[in-house]
Amino acid sequence: MRAMKDGRPASGQMFSVATSGGGSRAALAAAAAILIMLAALPAFAARNLIQDLIFLFYMLALAQCWNLLAGFSGLISVGQQAFVGLGGYMLFALTLFAGLDPLLAIPLAGVVCATFALPTALIVFRLRGAYFAIGTWVVAEVYRLVFAQFKGLGGGTGTSLAPSVTSTVFGIEWVKALFDVRTPAARDIISYWGALVLMAGTLVFVYAVLRSRRGLALGAIRDQEAAAAGLGVDIYRTKRAVYVAAAAMTGMIGALIYLQKARISPDAAFSVLDWTAYVIFIVVIGGIGTMEGPVIGAIIFYLLQRYLADFGAWYLILLGTLAIAVMLFAPRGLWGFVAERFRVTLFPTRRRLVIGADEVKGG
Amino acid sequence: MTGALDAVIQGVLLGGLYALFAAGLSLIFGVMRLVNLAHGDLIVLAAFVILVVAEKLGLDPFAAVLVAAPILFAIGFVLQHVLLNRTLGRDLLPPLLVTFGLSIIIQNGLLQLFSADSERLRSGAIETASIALGGGIAIGVVPLLTLLSAVAVIVILNLIFYRTPLGRAFRATSDDPEVAQLMGIDHNRIFATAMGLAFVVIAIAALYLGLRANFDPTIGPARLLYAFEAVIIGGLGSFWGTLAGGIVLGLAQTIGARIDPEWQILSGHLAFLAVLAIRPRGLFPRALD
Repeated sequence: MRAMKDGRPASGQMFSVATSGGGSRAALAAAAAILIMLAALPAFAARNLIQDLIFLFYMLALAQCWNLLAGFSGLISVGQQAFVGLGGYMLFALTLFAGLDPLLAIPLAGVVCATFALPTALIVFRLRGAYFAIGTWVVAEVYRLVFAQFKGLGGGTGTSLAPSVTSTVFGIEWVKALFDVRTPAARDIISYWGALVLMAGTLVFVYAVLRSRRGLALGAIRDQEAAAAGLGVDIYRTKRAVYVAAAAMTGMIGALIYLQKARISPDAAFSVLDWTAYVIFIVVIGGIGTMEGPVIGAIIFYLLQRYLADFGAWYLILLGTLAIAVMLFAPRGLWGFVAERFRVTLFPTRRRLVIGADEVKGG
Repeated sequence: MTGALDAVIQGVLLGGLYALFAAGLSLIFGVMRLVNLAHGDLIVLAAFVILVVAEKLGLDPFAAVLVAAPILFAIGFVLQHVLLNRTLGRDLLPPLLVTFGLSIIIQNGLLQLFSADSERLRSGAIETASIALGGGIAIGVVPLLTLLSAVAVIVILNLIFYRTPLGRAFRATSDDPEVAQLMGIDHNRIFATAMGLAFVVIAIAALYLGLRANFDPTIGPARLLYAFEAVIIGGLGSFWGTLAGGIVLGLAQTIGARIDPEWQILSGHLAFLAVLAIRPRGLFPRALD
């Protein structure tokens, strides 16, 4: 168990602040093993499993980003589709006009999104709480309407990635030779690895932020803004940093999504349903404000999507009802329920006060 | 010159519609600090209720709204009492997410019941009637009625808020629900009544929405954004500010559309962001949060 700080209060009893909990070491080892297995999966898995997993990974990555905003920082955004769409369009612009390799365009799309997020934050941060939510939605609509005006990118009807772009992705010849597959399957495998890297990267990033001093500041802001300010937390800068970082990650995920889809249009790329409503559903069902929650939520969402999406409107009515029921009866989501019952945590981000020296050593 | 004057007149009239969208949102926020993400979908739902009443009873939409209003009041009352009151508290997330879920349920429920086809409320000759002002400028009768109704709704809401015991209870609960409760006010009931009242305003907004243009189950979220923009442009806490906000939005959209028809909605959003950048508390602020 890692002790963050030791001290000796007046009573003479040892105390320390600890973050690790039961099972977290084992979870780390398991996560590494799972990651290696997932990376090697294209050697055995069928192509549609690979495609399904790409979807699962990018939805999970989006959910972690939204959870960082809403669950850990109190920034409830209904406008993250702005950065999914912007990232997607940047991928198209950078590959079609600048001739960049798509794998290089993905991080650049993240940089562009961060650059756009700064002035956006300047305006939407003037709105608080629930009004911030709708304000971010308006901004996403502005992005959608503006991209519908760019005739070079297909205007309102959208455009496709030229096959010459998608079939010459960096490393595709190597993948074709290694797995003995044709170009479309090799493209999927590269997207799959990209999605895996982004998903794992978001997990590590969010985890690192929450374990840092800034993570502590975020929790303080979310729980009691005035008190956090009183303790010397620079609220505005902290929130802005999180908003910009989430935008950059969301933008990279968006770029990857549209590399995989190879076709973009303003209505799809800036869809509030696809990139925000589903993501909120994942986080709420799984457990908002925990890192484990979105993982569980994403798996449940993937299964529902796979088996029930054909029911169309009824499927969406079911999702809406489930989200409302969870919010009313189990506001901490499925993981919150499990964690409370069995006192486990896989991503230890909460700080606990441990009293007594033996306990500190015993973890 | 005539073109510019015409744009201003049409913009102000369009603003009346947005003020009607916004009045309900403003009322709910004013009483219970609830931001209802399903507001736009509720307007569309109300338009379908009016449509069904008009068709089943063979009524004109103006008469159908009188039948639909009490039904909608009851729906609003029950919705608040059974569902939304449970979400109110210090935490912002539950009301936002529950109303967001509600928005998706209403949209898809309507899609299931009525299909994605466009509908319209039909009221005969009045739909296309207009009053010529000379100089090539004419005012549509329905847009004019919309603006007059918006003004009437705001006058009545102000009377209810500042001249009646119910309004006193609204204001007291809004200021401090706990003290209001000590004074014998059942705040759950007050909130439910406020939501019922908001649904009546929504019914009036829906009447003009359906008379002025086609509607289908998917257009709700955009109406929510217009309503929200009008409230913020006008400044929180003032019904007259909401009317002014609606008119600013209507003007921005109409003038934008004159420059390029594709810019109508975008101009409205940009006007909203500009107000937010220059006067973050709106043009006529009253409430502090």
